[in-house]
Amino acid sequence: MTGISRSAQAWRRGAAVLAAGALATAGLTACSSSSTSGGASSTSTAGANDMAAALQKKSTLTVWAWAPQDKDIAAAFEKKYPNVTVNLVNAGTSTTEYTKLQNAIKAGSGVPDVAQIEYYALPQFALAGSIQSLDGYGLDSLKSDYPAAVWDAIDINGSLDATPQDTGPMALFYNEKVFKQYGLTVPTTWDEYVADGVKLHAANSSEYITADSGDPGFTTSMIWQAGGKPFTATGSTSVTINTQDAGTKKYTAEWDQLEEKGLLSQIAPWSSAWFTALGNGDIASLVTGAWMPANLEGSAAAASGDWRVAPMPTYDGGSPASAESGGSSDAVMKGSSNALVAAAFVQFMGTDAGEQILADSGGFPAENSILNSSAFLDQAPAYFGGQKINQVLSQAASSVLPGWSYMPFQVYANSIYPDSVGKAYANKTDIYAAVSTWFKASAAYGQQQGFTVTVQ
Amino acid sequence: MTVLSPGTGLEAGSAGPRRERRRGRVRTRWTGWGFLAPFLLVFLFALVAPIVYAVYLSLFQDKLIGGNRFAGLANYTEAFKDPQFWSGFERMALFLVVQVPVMLVLALGVAFAIDSARLHWAPLYRLSIFLPYAVPSVVGALMWGFLYGTQFGLLGQLDRWFHTTLPDPLGNTLILPAIGNIVTWEYVGYNMLIFYSALRVIPNEIYEAAELDNAGAWRIIWHIKLPSLRPAMLVATVFSVIGSFQLFTEPAVIFPIAKDQIGSAYTPNWYAYNLSFNGQEYNYSATIAIVMGVLTVIVAYLVQRIGRRGQEA
Amino acid sequence: MAVTEAANAANAARPERAARPARPARRSRGAWNPNRRRKSPALTLVMTLGLIYSLLPLFWLLVNASKSESNLFSTNGLWFGGHFSLFENVKQTLTYDNDEFLHWFGNTLIYVAAGAGGATVLATLGGYGLAKFDFPGKRGVLAVVLGAVAIPGTVLVVPTFLMFSKLGLVNTYWSIIIPSLINPFGLYLMWIFSRDAIPAELLEAARVDGAREWRIFGSISLRLLRPGMITVLLFAVVQTWNNYFLPLVMLNKPNLYPLTVGLDQWNAQSQTAGGIPIFNLVLTGSLLMILPIMVVFLVMQRYWQSGLTAGSVKQ
Repeated sequence: MTGISRSAQAWRRGAAVLAAGALATAGLTACSSSSTSGGASSTSTAGANDMAAALQKKSTLTVWAWAPQDKDIAAAFEKKYPNVTVNLVNAGTSTTEYTKLQNAIKAGSGVPDVAQIEYYALPQFALAGSIQSLDGYGLDSLKSDYPAAVWDAIDINGSLDATPQDTGPMALFYNEKVFKQYGLTVPTTWDEYVADGVKLHAANSSEYITADSGDPGFTTSMIWQAGGKPFTATGSTSVTINTQDAGTKKYTAEWDQLEEKGLLSQIAPWSSAWFTALGNGDIASLVTGAWMPANLEGSAAAASGDWRVAPMPTYDGGSPASAESGGSSDAVMKGSSNALVAAAFVQFMGTDAGEQILADSGGFPAENSILNSSAFLDQAPAYFGGQKINQVLSQAASSVLPGWSYMPFQVYANSIYPDSVGKAYANKTDIYAAVSTWFKASAAYGQQQGFTVTVQ
Repeated sequence: MTVLSPGTGLEAGSAGPRRERRRGRVRTRWTGWGFLAPFLLVFLFALVAPIVYAVYLSLFQDKLIGGNRFAGLANYTEAFKDPQFWSGFERMALFLVVQVPVMLVLALGVAFAIDSARLHWAPLYRLSIFLPYAVPSVVGALMWGFLYGTQFGLLGQLDRWFHTTLPDPLGNTLILPAIGNIVTWEYVGYNMLIFYSALRVIPNEIYEAAELDNAGAWRIIWHIKLPSLRPAMLVATVFSVIGSFQLFTEPAVIFPIAKDQIGSAYTPNWYAYNLSFNGQEYNYSATIAIVMGVLTVIVAYLVQRIGRRGQEA
Repeated sequence: MAVTEAANAANAARPERAARPARPARRSRGAWNPNRRRKSPALTLVMTLGLIYSLLPLFWLLVNASKSESNLFSTNGLWFGGHFSLFENVKQTLTYDNDEFLHWFGNTLIYVAAGAGGATVLATLGGYGLAKFDFPGKRGVLAVVLGAVAIPGTVLVVPTFLMFSKLGLVNTYWSIIIPSLINPFGLYLMWIFSRDAIPAELLEAARVDGAREWRIFGSISLRLLRPGMITVLLFAVVQTWNNYFLPLVMLNKPNLYPLTVGLDQWNAQSQTAGGIPIFNLVLTGSLLMILPIMVVFLVMQRYWQSGLTAGSVKQ
């Protein structure tokens, strides 16, 4: 594990930063009736010594996370701090975990100290007061260590709520063998992509340019990449939802051409059928996050050597533009009885030590120092025919458009997405109209929950 | 309550105390309570208390911003004009109007066949058809989800063999029948067993008399077997109706491979679950649960009334 | 559809017959002997279709549990293909992620033993109390208990969760066991059963001898009630073994999961960056999960049957 020695360095740096931060966490107040009573750290002013002392004491940290690399990261942390036991629990992936987290918060018991939370879901938990802010733990100075869009996602309303775990800057993954076989050009614009889709399916009706049966994460990321900003939060209780967003219009107009003509494979993502179709070439490309390579290598092994990575197509063929999809952060949950150690742990995960372990075992890290390191950039996996894919993906990470924000109730909004946009996919009707319906339904929920929602 | 009475032996049951009273010995008035107490205590705690608590919750609204406040009947008025809830309810109504009769008729047919004594290896059939009942519905739905696959499932296999393009069972139009099929698969053998057990109770003398009359198999079914199955059919119907409104596991397990078709409010239970755990609308979710419970009781009662009238006629 | 199960237990095991040694009455005597009837190939054929329908998914499960993850979807789904990996799959299923499966299996056994066993005990005591004693408020109790049956069980799960969370019961074994203890149909069944299986004269005689009620129950009645208890137990076992919604809501610690929820989690585990799909283990796990309950089905056959046979003993 190459990360360990680096991690020691990183830790020393982190500790220094923490000392400077002096952990002024007093005065953190719960802003929701559903929050549980604050942990020890929120009622006392903790110093760096407290932090260091806490790490030397016998303690157990419960961590909910689902990323496969977390076991190694937890082990490395335990090795570094032999008195801390990390109880790593896989409470389900993504929404499954959020449901359980929500249950635990509601129940007021069984809330973990640390939870893996995707960027899109973070505002919902943060605004509900379920997350312990990391302000005052001296982590603010890490800002320049990450791409701007990543920091935007974890720094909500001026409060640092989590550390980054992995990121998912989007790129175009395509099956070169299929592209060559059917004479498709690697698209640089979305128009070209659509043209490829038409051509491919016309040549062979069992081939699809991509699979998309309607996914809220994909839709929001595509709007993001088109320069859209349909959600603007002001403060923690008010949000503007723009149904006339230009980016939304731009994206849906393009994607409609594939969707309404039935040029998108309807195989459900992550199903066994999906992996098989990725392996046998029935799905010729995917526009998705930079964490995808490990999944392809692990689960679509049949296509080894065939896949390549290209920058995400753009609307004008001009400067590169990307968006985040599916990256995660690690947050300290409010009510943690061991917030000092928990904060140390999320820092460990989000900085050199954890990030390096993540990167070494197939994850896509958030930290600039790794993204720009030659060891990372020069990797040439055989699965991708020896292409140095990380060069493309790192480039994508730095071209993620800034200024995006999610709805403060995005988890719920995503859960009702199938009712409107999903239906449009199923009926092959206009996506834009359906997205508007979805936004309005989400706005209605926000209003019900007491937010001030302005619908434009 | 009345829902249960026909044919389940409850009439006979309510004769029980009378019979004992006739014998005129009430030895220990409170010993009966003693025997019943453990059941009742748990019953109060695990069934009655949650109902009461749900009613209490349904009178409040707890907002992410603004906190908890008394809301009177606001949740109920919302539920009554909630299109999501009613579309789920209508879907379940449709489901029970179609799936329940299909399942029960199949179960009846199988029961007749096994009872007819004209079947080779009857016990093999009885056991095999009953077997899916032992399969947890999670596993059942999982298996059928794979089988339904048009790429690599049974359907894909059939397509390749016969060079056809069968419609996707998990597509828009067929998803409800597809779920109906899973439920039918799980419970047809179980209902068959009930009917079969009721058939076995018919005394031989009746058949012997019918034989003397030279009654054919169909006449025996029509005039002897069907009438004596009435009570069992009524029970099976009432409980299949209740079961329909409870539908949760099958759509929940199928959801990841048919998100667009199932959505967030496919069945009232699924809706209540999503409201609670994706939307933190615990109070509204409790309201939906109560409304649904009341509607189920009403429908079950109506079904039973209609069935009883049929029986008396 | 939990309620249905118990509902029909009432019919499936008519206690008045079940109580006595099963006698295949219709077959053994009388001029009318169905065994002598002509077998019908056409009927057998039609029924074979039904048999295939019932067994096909199970056959599919067996076939696919014997394939490796990579062969799972590259070979004919309805026949064995590629390397026969059933035993490797079983081994991998049992040992995956620190023997998670065995842990869940153990949890399921705990839930079944405590939940179904407890439900049977409570139903037996209560049913006996209702059948053999007269006491004030008896009819009211009956109306409430049996009326509660019509309220869909799953509808109550969410309120029960909310209440249990206030009481600090979520994320404990109790959160699954306590709701499983209530089986109104078991109660109903045991009431009918007690009424018919225990002759009033027997109790009278014991009472005349001065035996106390609880002693009478323990030494005389319990033995006579055994067949009915087993039938109630069978239905309750199936119900708790298959329980999914309740643990899904109540538990968020994987080390408390029963198999149903655990397998569902395995099924979803591919859905993440670097997540490794283990559909082969999901299928093998499903197969392993249904085997024990099928064995129970087959071994306990005569108890399902006990209510089905003797038509002649009807009063």
